[in-house]
Amino acid sequence: MTAAWGAEAVSVSFGARRALDQVTVGAPPGQVTAVVGGDGAGKTTLLRCVAGALAPSGGPAGGRVRRPAAGRIGYLPPGPGVYDDLTVAENLRFRSAVYRVPEAAAGPLTGEYLERTGLAAVRDRLAGQLSGGMRRKLAVIAAMLPGPELLVLDEPTTGVDPVSRADLWWLIARAAADGAAVLMSTTYLDEAARAAHVLVLDAGRPLAAGTPAEIVAAVPGTIAVRPGPPADADERRRAWRRAGTWRVWQPDGVPAAGSVRPDLQDAVCVAALRAELERAGLAGAHA
Amino acid sequence: MPEVLAEATNVSRVFGRFTAVDGVDLAVGPGEVVGLLGANGAGKTTLIRMLLGLLPASAGAVRLFGQPPSRASRRRVGYLPQSLGLYDDLTIAENAAFSRAVFGGGLGSDPEPLRRYAGVTVRDVPLGVARRAGFAQVLAHAPELLLLDEPTSGVDPLARARLWETISQTAADGAGVIVTTHNMEEAEECTRLVVLAGGRVVAAGTAAQITGQARTAVVRAADWAAALRRLEAAGLRTVLAGPVLRVPGRTVAEVTAALNDLPAELSAEPATLEERFFELVAAG
Repeated sequence: MTAAWGAEAVSVSFGARRALDQVTVGAPPGQVTAVVGGDGAGKTTLLRCVAGALAPSGGPAGGRVRRPAAGRIGYLPPGPGVYDDLTVAENLRFRSAVYRVPEAAAGPLTGEYLERTGLAAVRDRLAGQLSGGMRRKLAVIAAMLPGPELLVLDEPTTGVDPVSRADLWWLIARAAADGAAVLMSTTYLDEAARAAHVLVLDAGRPLAAGTPAEIVAAVPGTIAVRPGPPADADERRRAWRRAGTWRVWQPDGVPAAGSVRPDLQDAVCVAALRAELERAGLAGAHA
Repeated sequence: MPEVLAEATNVSRVFGRFTAVDGVDLAVGPGEVVGLLGANGAGKTTLIRMLLGLLPASAGAVRLFGQPPSRASRRRVGYLPQSLGLYDDLTIAENAAFSRAVFGGGLGSDPEPLRRYAGVTVRDVPLGVARRAGFAQVLAHAPELLLLDEPTSGVDPLARARLWETISQTAADGAGVIVTTHNMEEAEECTRLVVLAGGRVVAAGTAAQITGQARTAVVRAADWAAALRRLEAAGLRTVLAGPVLRVPGRTVAEVTAALNDLPAELSAEPATLEERFFELVAAG
């Protein structure tokens, strides 16, 4: 297997604000790597760095990025990622021309993608008249046109309805199956759980990284399930609500009756709680 | 307290020749959090607009607090749109003061993150904080019925859990809540779900009841890409899930046949809510 594309100890500052602080992410070929975090976590900044749309701050001290030649990168920026005043077919023709993909190569592939994702019937419609989900699908297909070695997708599924989301995941899986290193961001953990590798970002710093199984295995202590919120103030700070019950992280707990095996969602909540407790200088942060 | 806060009885809405909502029944009582699930165009927004009294029904009846929707009943409703309805160029505190002046409501106690950002304009606060401000604002006049459109979209998992603490506490205090969502993690927080497809209700119940006994065939193959190609070539809709492939609604025997001797380990596992949702939408 060829080495992974990606970023190593990358930092980016905008004025006085540190948007990324020593963040490392690898994107191996033929696999999907997901960057997860809320709004403002640094996902877009990291993806822009990897795609080459933004340079790390402070020269070589700002970290290193490994990426293929620009023509071998597919990039879906945040926002629409298509030209609203071109039709679906025109958008794809224009992008093919920019990437210098010959019609003989682009035609059959885009035909298949459009057919499979329900866009074939709207080939001649302006992109600006499509639903949000359809526009996102078109934008991802456009990014896949050069048969990229590295496909960088900034929140391809945010705000998209579940049916379009499934089509988008078909495209993502197809790109990886064809050998692309896919690096995508998402705010949904159920999506991250589908990736081979996950990086969880919070306020520009890595909160957790690894395969979903590794991140889950790294949760210290145990997680107890309670019917309601804990009365104890210390426990309350380590508790969160999930599916009608409450989960309490016990940093030095041993598995017992009433504790659950964590999944990725639990693991990410624990990591976020630890960071929060650490900032507040409270016990339990260094379990 | 009425047993039913909002009720749609055999409600339909037609736009020209297009039927957006087709004979839907929906009732929300105090303490309930009802999730509305559906693809785009399933009729969620039209149904919500009818419940709010913003759009008349073509047929059937809508009742809010036992009466047809009116200006008076609207005072008892809180609606939080996905866009939050805050003024970007006012601070968090100014937004709250404005909302209280217009809609009424006490000063209440703002959660800690809101106090910290009180003097910051909405456009400069993190989305999670803006969402909390939107929640605080919509709850200030103590609505008996709350309508939330994708309430936790774009926030991190812990912030999402915290917003759901607020939603469930509001329900526990006696309000009825209707949530529209595309997010299955969020759907699992609801006490009851209603799945819409093509303007009709295709399933209703708890997440566990809706998922029921549905199964998914799971494929573990060393060469997942080759397995994906064979399954797709056989016309089986396949979903990549980390190191495995999932084929919803298919049996191990069907998948074995489609793999055509490609080495793989197969099993049948319970379907997820999302997988069941697709079966329902496809059938509806």
